[in-house]
Amino acid sequence: MTAAPTGSAGTRLARSPMAVAGGFLLVLVVLASALAPLLTESDPLKPSFGRRLAAPWGLGGSAAHVLGTDNLGRDILARLLYGGRLSLVLAASAVLIAALVGVLLGLLAGSAGGRVDALVMRVADVQLAFPVIMLAIAIVAVVGTNPLALVGVLALSGWVLYARTIRAGVLAIRGLEYVEAATTLGASDLRVIFRHILPNVVAPILVIGSSQFATMVLLESGLSFLGLGIQAPRPSWGLMLAEGRDYLSNAWWLATAPGLMISLVVLGANLLGDGLRDLVDPSLR
Amino acid sequence: MRAYVLHRLWQSALTLLGVSVFVFVILRVLPGDPAKMLLPEGAPQSAVEELNRQLGLREPLIVQYGIFLRGVFAGDFGQSFQYRAPALRVVVERLPATIQLALAAMALTVALGVSIGIAAAVRRGTCCDYAGTALAVLGQSLPNFWLGIMLILLFGVALRWLPTSGFAGWRHLILPAVTLAAFPVALVARLTRSSMLEILSREYIRTGRAKGLTERAVVLRHALRNAAIPVLTVIGLQIGTLLGGAVITESVFAWPGMGKLVVDAIFFRDFPVVQTVLILSATAFVVLNLAVDLLYTVIDPRIRYS
Repeated sequence: MTAAPTGSAGTRLARSPMAVAGGFLLVLVVLASALAPLLTESDPLKPSFGRRLAAPWGLGGSAAHVLGTDNLGRDILARLLYGGRLSLVLAASAVLIAALVGVLLGLLAGSAGGRVDALVMRVADVQLAFPVIMLAIAIVAVVGTNPLALVGVLALSGWVLYARTIRAGVLAIRGLEYVEAATTLGASDLRVIFRHILPNVVAPILVIGSSQFATMVLLESGLSFLGLGIQAPRPSWGLMLAEGRDYLSNAWWLATAPGLMISLVVLGANLLGDGLRDLVDPSLR
Repeated sequence: MRAYVLHRLWQSALTLLGVSVFVFVILRVLPGDPAKMLLPEGAPQSAVEELNRQLGLREPLIVQYGIFLRGVFAGDFGQSFQYRAPALRVVVERLPATIQLALAAMALTVALGVSIGIAAAVRRGTCCDYAGTALAVLGQSLPNFWLGIMLILLFGVALRWLPTSGFAGWRHLILPAVTLAAFPVALVARLTRSSMLEILSREYIRTGRAKGLTERAVVLRHALRNAAIPVLTVIGLQIGTLLGGAVITESVFAWPGMGKLVVDAIFFRDFPVVQTVLILSATAFVVLNLAVDLLYTVIDPRIRYS
């Protein structure tokens, strides 16, 4: 694809079946979580000891619990639907905060140059030196596992990508004639940055953001899996997986279902990110 | 060349210094009362006072940091109270298991990732290409803790072919290594594919074919060597992914490495061990990436210094 993409955003998007499929998957999961109370009548938290480890419907179970029940007799479908809520909100907030911080720092580093630039980039190097999950584990261990702390940890792990990309974009654009023209015409630095530079480096932010949403969901469910994220009895995919691990030999659906949900979300976000990248930069195909 | 090496050395040293500041801030400044955190729960007040004095916790932060840094350089990372031994020794004892796992995963990454990538690029647009790409997208989307559990379910519980936990011989290594490698294999396969595609469209490749080189020689000798450069950087960066992934993989398979150690340490509030693992893994990342960067200049004569 060598021709420059033309037409409205909608028609361009339609040219990337990958992005459409990914977006569709994401919307589906988000809707399912948001509409959980309409989709199931079961309570995700209420144990029912008479119905522990019931098999899914069609595998010996009843239609009352389509995906079966867990070790405390709670309906797995309800837990899956409600469990998505917190995970998805946490991941989305983390992506937004990381993007905001990263874009601002990237703009700052790229426009200010000199020592400020060097400092921001060194901090980014330091950040990248830690395996994200280890850093998250250490911070969560110190500040606790409340959802706010989780968002903070996830955001902290994500800002570097934006900062580096934006900085590179600013450096590439800063010397261009139209920017110089704006400066000559008396536009302030801030105006040049936000009016003339930022709009031109916005596309990669969308690409990074949607791929990063996948990473954030993985990271959050990984932490919850280890017992360092969302805490019981709140339903969370990672936590459900960890609980299901003890019942692999007699109730395999406990661990299988939440993993499928995580994979669907991550697959959707990855496809969307890849599709958007192809649209933004066709040369990477 | 020398200037470049010196510059990279200096940069790496700065990064390591930053790493120490970061760890210091997280484990000494963020918690209000680090002495209490660094001691087992229910430690007597006299022990808290003693540690306060020893760590200089009544001194200004910068002095505390100096004491912290001096300890790190002397290899003194504090005492693990879970194991009642120096934290560094506790962590180093677990290193071989993690290194073994990481090396096995790395071998899989290079062997599988690069071959899938080449096969897909050479047969671009065929079902071979699509299958490889689909596999790679899938590999990047399956959470490794779930993949691990599904492998246990299939090969351990259902088929009973492979052991699913512990550390005794190479059969125990198979499932954890595959689990840990899935993500980097997928990443390297996709990158190798796009890198190869770019190189295969170059003029000198056409020249090579025109002068009658076998396809094998064109692909392996002329294309791969040039396509390997971006792949090599990413493989270098995967050291972080492997160390991080090891935390979860080791927990899933009860593999007695550094990753399982650090997770257990959190639950025992064994912060000297957490601190040691953080510093060691960040150092490993910085040093190995420095090595990759310097290796570049050997592989690619075009890169000298910038």
